[in-house]
Amino acid sequence: MTDVQRRRRRSRGAERPMVPDAEFTSYYGRPVVKPAPWTSEIPAYLFLGGLAAGSAVLGAGADLSRRPRLRQTGRLGALGAITLGLAALVHDLGKPSRFLNMLRVVKPTSPMSMGIWVLALFSPAASIAGAAELQRWLPRPLARLVGATARPAGLAAAVTAPAVATYTAVLLADTATPGWHEAYRELPFVFAGSAASAAGGLAMLAVPRSEAGPARRMAVGGAVMELAAAQRMESSMGMVAETLQQGRAGTMLRLGKALTLAGAAGSLLASRSRFAAAASGAAFLAGSALNRFGTFEAGQASARDPKYTVVPQRERIRARDD
Amino acid sequence: MGNQLFGPEPDVAADAGWHPSQPRMGFFTDTSVCIGCKACEVACKEWNGVPEDGFNLLGSSYDNTGALGANTWRHVAFIEQSRRLSDQEPGISRLPTGPSSSDQDGAPSGDRTEVRWLMESDVCKHCTHAACLDVCPTGSLFRTEFGTVVVQDDICNGCGYCIPACPFGVIDRRRGEPETKNVGLAQKCTLCYDRLGQGMTPACAQACPTESIQFGDLDELRSRAEARLSALHDRGVAEARLYGHDPEDGIGGAGATFLLLDQPEVYGLPPDPVVTTRDLPAMWRKAGLAALSFAAAAVAAFVGRSQ
Repeated sequence: MTDVQRRRRRSRGAERPMVPDAEFTSYYGRPVVKPAPWTSEIPAYLFLGGLAAGSAVLGAGADLSRRPRLRQTGRLGALGAITLGLAALVHDLGKPSRFLNMLRVVKPTSPMSMGIWVLALFSPAASIAGAAELQRWLPRPLARLVGATARPAGLAAAVTAPAVATYTAVLLADTATPGWHEAYRELPFVFAGSAASAAGGLAMLAVPRSEAGPARRMAVGGAVMELAAAQRMESSMGMVAETLQQGRAGTMLRLGKALTLAGAAGSLLASRSRFAAAASGAAFLAGSALNRFGTFEAGQASARDPKYTVVPQRERIRARDD
Repeated sequence: MGNQLFGPEPDVAADAGWHPSQPRMGFFTDTSVCIGCKACEVACKEWNGVPEDGFNLLGSSYDNTGALGANTWRHVAFIEQSRRLSDQEPGISRLPTGPSSSDQDGAPSGDRTEVRWLMESDVCKHCTHAACLDVCPTGSLFRTEFGTVVVQDDICNGCGYCIPACPFGVIDRRRGEPETKNVGLAQKCTLCYDRLGQGMTPACAQACPTESIQFGDLDELRSRAEARLSALHDRGVAEARLYGHDPEDGIGGAGATFLLLDQPEVYGLPPDPVVTTRDLPAMWRKAGLAALSFAAAAVAAFVGRSQ
């Protein structure tokens, strides 16, 4: 019969030691906290929501600065991404038919509640602005309506977009999942940067170079914000930072960083080469998606191993007792 | 109004809007008298109509349920340890049946007394500051007039947010065939809300044959826990400790407290749980700054250079 497991943590060869080896006890090695029951719909939504937010901002900016192709890509990108994102959210519910139950209450203590209300403002606005780019295919009265309301709707979407791009970081951090909670100081900046680089990347892929200047600057600015915040995050998380470096999560996050960096480097050539613009844009998109899937998976891994719950709490007790 | 997110909270029901509030009810689970019969698990399942949680052999002593979850609202943990039970006098030698043969002079002591068997019936802690309730986006999880935390099955939409929020890993989403009761919804101990409403004792406490599970007015249970702790300490059981007892702890104290005979993590409990929403104001501030940075980056992208 198995005794209670007393496991010893050893730093493996290639890893840099974050904290001294710690002994810890657990109940048969079983998790203390439960990982979220969410599947790939949720990291997909994290990516799509960010893409929609960034695209809405690009669409509104392009509308005001008279860049019709950038406006079209921004608005359609926001419409498509938020539609797919909402579908993913509904599909992930245990009881999808009760999605609207989230509109019964407004709860500032629930980041998901706040997020749903932000989406309730953002999604209709982004959808009207997006529909305005499809006027040709709409029945005439509807086309006239969306045409007349497109600009205010697009601006409303852009105003709510920063909240759409960042609330998801609070949603993950406001849990007992060590890999998410310990990241709460920097994760909103990582996600905001990731949203900007994804939207910039999509526009670089789809918009002629002459109009894509703002998209390039937004993508590079977002990439810098994301990478700098991620660096800071890893050094502030203590031993839990291991979950960002190991396993599937570590692979995805490393690859994502490399792609985001490659996108930023390629952007230097993107004003001269159509190919460089498209390749950089694709790299930004893939980098952002990998960042979201990697961050999600790191948290799940941190919840599955009791080490990341028990050891930091023990250290907290020891520090308090000293 | 007391501390809404963190810290001691003397009247949790009144703070949730109940007037006039009645005494907070809870459990005190004294693991030092648990015999591992699992009557609590069975009574809970029977009364609450909780589906079976699989017929498994987990290889963890007598524990074949594993952990609290959607289909396990009471969970008896079994831990076998090669350790002496302090200098506790078990009282067995004074029974009418005579002393245990291993206690007699000359009898080989063997390894038998070196083994300690711990049993603990775990349950939802009904926290003073309950993260599951804080993060629930539908208002399905609510604070009852008894100060307990309960899921309303007809409102929950199965978003699953409460599950990673709980610092104890108690609540879970029910999986199963489409016809399974409440499938897809978050499920956990209700502290028998329906029985409490009728002035009855929760099923697990009612079924417990050793009064390891005690139910009642939380203030009363707290003083009983302290009395039991000092009695055990007097008898030399130095490792006895209370868990969830301190209103100054990370969850503002629990509504279901425990007397344990080893460190909490030995039983699968977190040693220093903190409600995640303690940090929520700081999280919103950081997100606000990040949102402003995002907006600034977007504006800069357009006004930076015209191209």
